[in-house]
Amino acid sequence: MKKLSNPAIIIMSAALVLTSLVAFHSSASNAAPVPTPDAIMLNGAGATFPYPIYSKWFSDYNKIHSNIQINYQSIGSGGGIRQLLSGTVDFGASDPPMNDEQLAQAKTKILHFPTVLGAVVPTYNIPGVSQELNFTPDVLVGIYLGKITKWNDPEIAKYNKGVNLPAQDIVVVHRSDGSGTSYVWTDYLSKVSTEWQSKVGRNTSVNWPVGLGGKGNEGVTGLVKQTPGAIGYVELIYAVQNQIPYGRVRNAAGVFVKADLAGVTAAAAGYAKTMPEDFRISITNAPGKAAYPVASFTYLLIPTKIEDANKKEIIKGFLTWMLNDGQKAVEALSYARLPKEVVAKELKQISQIQ
Amino acid sequence: MLWRNAWRKFVNYFMFSMTGLCALVTVGVLFFILGYLVWNGGTSLSWAFLTHLPTPVGESGGGMGNAIVGSAKLLLLASAFGIPIGFLGGVYLAEFGGRAFPFVVRYTADLLNGVPSIVMGIFAYTIVVLPMKHFSTLAGGLALGVMMIPIAVRTTEEALRTVPVVLREGGLALGASKWKTIATVVVPAARKGIVTGIILDIARVAGETAPLLFTAFSNRFWSPGWNQPTASLPVMVYTYAISPYDDWHKQAWAAGLVLLALVLVANVAAKLFVSGRTAH
Amino acid sequence: MAGIPAPTRRAAANRRAPALIQGLRSGDTFAHLFTLLCAASILLVTVALVQQLYVNSTGAIHKFGFRFLTGRTWDPVSGDFGALPFVYGTLVTSALALLVAVPLGVGAAVFLSELAPPRISNAMTFVIELLAAVPSVIYGLLGIFILVPFLRQYGEPFLKRTLGFLPLFQGPMYGVGMLAGGLVLAIMVVPFIISISREILMAVPVEQREAALGLGATKWESTWQVVVPYARIGIMASIFLALARALGETMAVTMVIGNDPRISASLFAPGYSIAAVIANEFTEATGNLYLQALVELGLVLFALTIVINGLARIAIIFTTQKGSGH
Repeated sequence: MKKLSNPAIIIMSAALVLTSLVAFHSSASNAAPVPTPDAIMLNGAGATFPYPIYSKWFSDYNKIHSNIQINYQSIGSGGGIRQLLSGTVDFGASDPPMNDEQLAQAKTKILHFPTVLGAVVPTYNIPGVSQELNFTPDVLVGIYLGKITKWNDPEIAKYNKGVNLPAQDIVVVHRSDGSGTSYVWTDYLSKVSTEWQSKVGRNTSVNWPVGLGGKGNEGVTGLVKQTPGAIGYVELIYAVQNQIPYGRVRNAAGVFVKADLAGVTAAAAGYAKTMPEDFRISITNAPGKAAYPVASFTYLLIPTKIEDANKKEIIKGFLTWMLNDGQKAVEALSYARLPKEVVAKELKQISQIQ
Repeated sequence: MLWRNAWRKFVNYFMFSMTGLCALVTVGVLFFILGYLVWNGGTSLSWAFLTHLPTPVGESGGGMGNAIVGSAKLLLLASAFGIPIGFLGGVYLAEFGGRAFPFVVRYTADLLNGVPSIVMGIFAYTIVVLPMKHFSTLAGGLALGVMMIPIAVRTTEEALRTVPVVLREGGLALGASKWKTIATVVVPAARKGIVTGIILDIARVAGETAPLLFTAFSNRFWSPGWNQPTASLPVMVYTYAISPYDDWHKQAWAAGLVLLALVLVANVAAKLFVSGRTAH
Repeated sequence: MAGIPAPTRRAAANRRAPALIQGLRSGDTFAHLFTLLCAASILLVTVALVQQLYVNSTGAIHKFGFRFLTGRTWDPVSGDFGALPFVYGTLVTSALALLVAVPLGVGAAVFLSELAPPRISNAMTFVIELLAAVPSVIYGLLGIFILVPFLRQYGEPFLKRTLGFLPLFQGPMYGVGMLAGGLVLAIMVVPFIISISREILMAVPVEQREAALGLGATKWESTWQVVVPYARIGIMASIFLALARALGETMAVTMVIGNDPRISASLFAPGYSIAAVIANEFTEATGNLYLQALVELGLVLFALTIVINGLARIAIIFTTQKGSGH
């Protein structure tokens, strides 16, 4: 009889491997906090842009409170909003604030908590040009509408005297996937150009007149890096981490500002006085000399009525921590801090969570 | 006559060289991909990588232990669900079916194979996650399992069809009932082809990201049991690859390598299991 | 019936026992039913899927009607959606993928099953099967880092120089585009074709080959004119599998196709496929009409797959001669 030979041995060794894997994972290593019996897990979903800083925050918070595990995953701002509305996650996150249509679908009121600030910068790859270029709003609109097609166009040269711009075709790169970054960029272009506003408009996804679509900030960065003559818009972090050149943009006060963390915080501060109670505001094209014009908040979306008392306390505790201690960690990861005025207003909003 | 023979000989050598070239090109490209993965991800592989939880960017010592276990659990669940159903369905098509019904099933299986994985993910989301009101390993395993069924059906059917009719007739002539003939004669005869199909099946769903995003979600922490969201290797690859950090990029490549290793283990186990059984 | 002994009568009655009871006794009916249910599960899943797709896109279907299939704009801001550029991109990239993968894959499978020594054949196949598991994200990354620059600097200029009189190879060369998309897909589906075709070819009874050789055929003639036709149906099954994968692939394609919903004759131009746009925009889609339009695209892909599969099967029927394995 051929029965008890190899198959049984294989199955048994496979079972052994499996059980040891399972045993391993429960008795994990010392880098992993072992969940204590009363560990509580919260799930959140949403924007990709703040994923690095959120994962740092939740990890740091878990080090302080080892029984609190907050699991955040980036599936996109729209996805985060939808999961929040269908109740499959405890909180959401989004770059653009929720619009009225979405808020109306929620069972309880949703509170917006700005967490960090980001900036969108124009990066480019022009053979022979290593200097920083100056971009006016009209130039950016012209490029993205497909009207300005060569780098040595007089409109560009006018503000970049001393730079040897070649007669190279401009290859426009935009986002293919829906994203908060696109929303901010198109929001800015809509504000500075009525033509853009009527022809294209603002949204996480638009009908781009020209250009190639890259998937994710990473995709746009990759395309720009590899295509001579390309221009694309990416989050500041990507430009910094990938060390690609990005230009200055002229703000509403007429100053050419290069995106940096101070300029972004200044943009938010410029709107601090006119900030609505629910924090739903666009801070592009902000007033003020130091403000960087293409900046935005990103928000945590918290329901006002949370049934589980434990979870409610955890969320309130986390938000308080985030607004005070959490803000200290953001600049190391190339995010801009919230201005003081906004922090003060948010701390007051926490009490609305019941 | 001689001329014609010389020409036929030439065609013989030429065409086989061409096929050799095809094999070389495809295997070459695929070896290149493997090499690239090893080159880029190899440096990130370490014991810490295999056992630790992920850490935020900038902190060293992070790993993908939870993703490895998560992928293993998901694949186990998917296989337990999808392979038996697919296998038996293939048995039906090859052994029992008539003409019309199997034709429809075959056609539909090909259709189902062509559905983008993200659509399958959304489908599993509406069927499992929404009623349960949370993401879970179970939902992820089910989504992957459903994707496995059509492939298993088709490959099993084709493998069974290669078994010559005489074997079936022999079994029946000896007095065995139909199902016994199938179980003890036909299936063992076709086992190599069936196992190849199953291996391809597992490989195919092991690398799927989109269905998991909406069902198993992902998890920064360990995921005990089957009811919590769980990390998985493809989702980690995706999340890290689109980030701006070089360190995370390297980890993404390493995760891809570990995923291949996981599938390799399943591959070897399946092949050993099949060749372990002695022939008739 | 007097005169016939009872045991004989009982034996006669047993022989006439209904087939059902015979079947139940031997378990065949049960096996038949059980396996039938498993096969039917595919139909069940498909019906449920189509129903879900339909239910979640009714608004868009009513608003656009047939215009959806002929519309060329995709504008989420103004709410104008048309599927034609995506259908075009899907068809072109999948066709290109099969055009490259089928000859390559079947050729390699023939080599591995007929000519290569068993050890080498097994080793190579092992690696090829493993590569079916590479996540599509990684294929996409490899596409971006290796294929696209190669195409932009060497591949596309070469094609333009040699075949540039064809409208297929004209226009600006970005590297990304439908050519890159089709090639990435080809690499992704070739393992399926090779692996399955090789198994099927190896299962062709040795008598067939010997018969051909005995009649004086060269090895190639025996392979090409006897063995491969015998295995034709199995090889076709693997090609259907490859086609299905090509039609539904999302991640890798979207990273190299350029993601521009335009229809152009040139393969160098960027394009867009249905699966890619769904993957790109679904998680961020705001507004019901937008979501429904995306789901309707899923329905369109489904219908497209039905049509393509149907046409392929019709083509097979017309080119089939007698003498295959089944």
